[in-house]
Amino acid sequence: MNQPLIDIRNLTKHFDRGRLKIHAVDNVSLSIGTGEIVGLVGESGSGKSTLGRTLLGLDRKTAGEILFKGSKLPTVYRTSDFHRYARSMQMIFQDPYSSLNPRMTVGEIIGEALRLHSDLNKEDIAHRIEEWLVKVGLNVDQLGRYPHEFSGGQRQRIGIARALILEPEFVVCDEPISALDVSIQAQVVDLLGDLKRSLGLTLLFIAHDLSMVRYVSDRMAVMYLGSLVEIGHSDRVFFDPKHPYTELLIGSNPEPDPNRERSRQRTPSIGEIPSQLDIPSGCRFANRCPHAMDVCRHVSPALRIVNNVDDERLIACHLYE
Amino acid sequence: MTLFEVSDLHVEFAVHGGSVQAVRGASFSVNEGETLAIVGESGCGKTVSVQSVMGLIQTPPGRITRGTAKLRGQDILGGRAANGREIRGTDIAMIFQDPMSSLNPTMTVGAQIAEPLIVHKGYSHRKAMRRAQELLEMTLIPDAASRIKEYPFEFSGGMLQRSMIAMAIACEPSVLIADEPTTALDVTIQSQILDLMVDLQRTNNMAIVLITHDLGVVARMANDVAVMYAGEVVEQGSVDDIFYRSAHPYTLGLKSAMPTNQQGAVQSLAPIAGAPPDLFDVPPGCGYYSRCPYAMEVCEATPPKVFDVDRAHQSRCWLHHNDCPLDVTEIYRS
Repeated sequence: MNQPLIDIRNLTKHFDRGRLKIHAVDNVSLSIGTGEIVGLVGESGSGKSTLGRTLLGLDRKTAGEILFKGSKLPTVYRTSDFHRYARSMQMIFQDPYSSLNPRMTVGEIIGEALRLHSDLNKEDIAHRIEEWLVKVGLNVDQLGRYPHEFSGGQRQRIGIARALILEPEFVVCDEPISALDVSIQAQVVDLLGDLKRSLGLTLLFIAHDLSMVRYVSDRMAVMYLGSLVEIGHSDRVFFDPKHPYTELLIGSNPEPDPNRERSRQRTPSIGEIPSQLDIPSGCRFANRCPHAMDVCRHVSPALRIVNNVDDERLIACHLYE
Repeated sequence: MTLFEVSDLHVEFAVHGGSVQAVRGASFSVNEGETLAIVGESGCGKTVSVQSVMGLIQTPPGRITRGTAKLRGQDILGGRAANGREIRGTDIAMIFQDPMSSLNPTMTVGAQIAEPLIVHKGYSHRKAMRRAQELLEMTLIPDAASRIKEYPFEFSGGMLQRSMIAMAIACEPSVLIADEPTTALDVTIQSQILDLMVDLQRTNNMAIVLITHDLGVVARMANDVAVMYAGEVVEQGSVDDIFYRSAHPYTLGLKSAMPTNQQGAVQSLAPIAGAPPDLFDVPPGCGYYSRCPYAMEVCEATPPKVFDVDRAHQSRCWLHHNDCPLDVTEIYRS
């Protein structure tokens, strides 16, 4: 693989709560190639959103480093750093209701980034705003309206236009579709796909809808309790999961097909994700794992390429050692 | 045997300058021990239909203007039926979408599960609490004896939904209405809750009305399906009818907007263009007219009748009329 656009090395993020530490992200390494869509899945509380936020400097990293096109991103972001990287990295937020300023019109929201980060004149900016409004399927005469006048799907598209108007190289999409109806989800996903092809976007697509992630992304990364447990080609991970946690996730994902649902072998899902305050020693999944062995409770498995699977599949599990 | 039957239900909400016709003649029924799924996008009247039947909509502005809801042939809607309140909550119980905000934060979980037993069955506090513990054990909450004394904030989302199910089945209802019971939960926990519902259904021979927008959950749980759009049931049939022999353009639209996960198959998602109609200003013809790829002239002005596609499979669409110029089999073959 040529040089990755984003290279995350041993990234760790802990939140301090008094004497307690929340281990949100622990020693995560992941690289994302140019023009690639990587889907990040896992239950809530597995650290997906924190990883995305830390990547863009919205949360300060505790340890590790992130390389963007081979150069290191700052550990602590100053205002000037945000200014510098805003042109190349953007984020689409999960909640289309709270992530838009209710006192700004849609035109102001979408155009703000251009006013701050580009040297275009007023007319050009207005022109670009209109162009993007149309690109995301809204009308030009809606420019002067406020966010509350739009439906959830429309707001999500405003958020997308705001993130993409600077034509960034890398975008973190944090659950961009989970607040939307099925018919609207397809609109947003298709829009992201079109923009990926026309602008050469690289995306980290965070979601918990496994079918959608498989549909959207080139590679899939599965996260559990702050660490990555499996990474690989989306279809191969989906149809041939190797890590017991990935098996559990995909086995729990209901298929819109009654015959397949009836004939399906279901692995019973046991227990819930433990608290991030109290990370188990050894493999983090051991207490829910149907195949847990003695070694799993003591030694934490490393994420590595496993023989006999496929050459780009990384798995962190003692079963494959 | 039909256990619970809602027919021709109309619900409207008075708003400034008129009314919103939230439900416009919805009919559905569920048999003993079976599951009926009601599917559709948000705002199409799924929740309002069942909440109005349960007496849970605020009146005013909400009002049932027409229709009946019968349990074993007996009408339970307020006013005409004095015993509605005794039936609702005991013989018909309901669980809600968001377990965190549906439980009282100032009461222990045990006391909340015990409440319907004290109110409806006249249990003593002590006996009700003992039963509450048994119910928590039935819903597989570990360490139930100490958990009944805890408050909702001490529970995870999955455990709260289990407690809500425990509360709903406390009086051994014959119908359980579940309004998006797993939408707020992770797939793994969703799977656990659905398994639990199926187990309880088998042991109590309970009928379930499951409201959801997730066709995967429908495929897994339902015997029968009612597809709702713009306050009406547009297609109704067995789960296989709906998935394999869809007979309404809206059902087709929903299906092709979702990824199917066929190994090796390349699929492209087709979003449904446009948005559902404003029910303040109800369109004169078919509610789906503005978004329907097969819309004909008749659809704009004349509301479609319900056509029998097959025995126990109905579609509210002019495409099934004998004089329809389009070839229906061609449309629905894909």
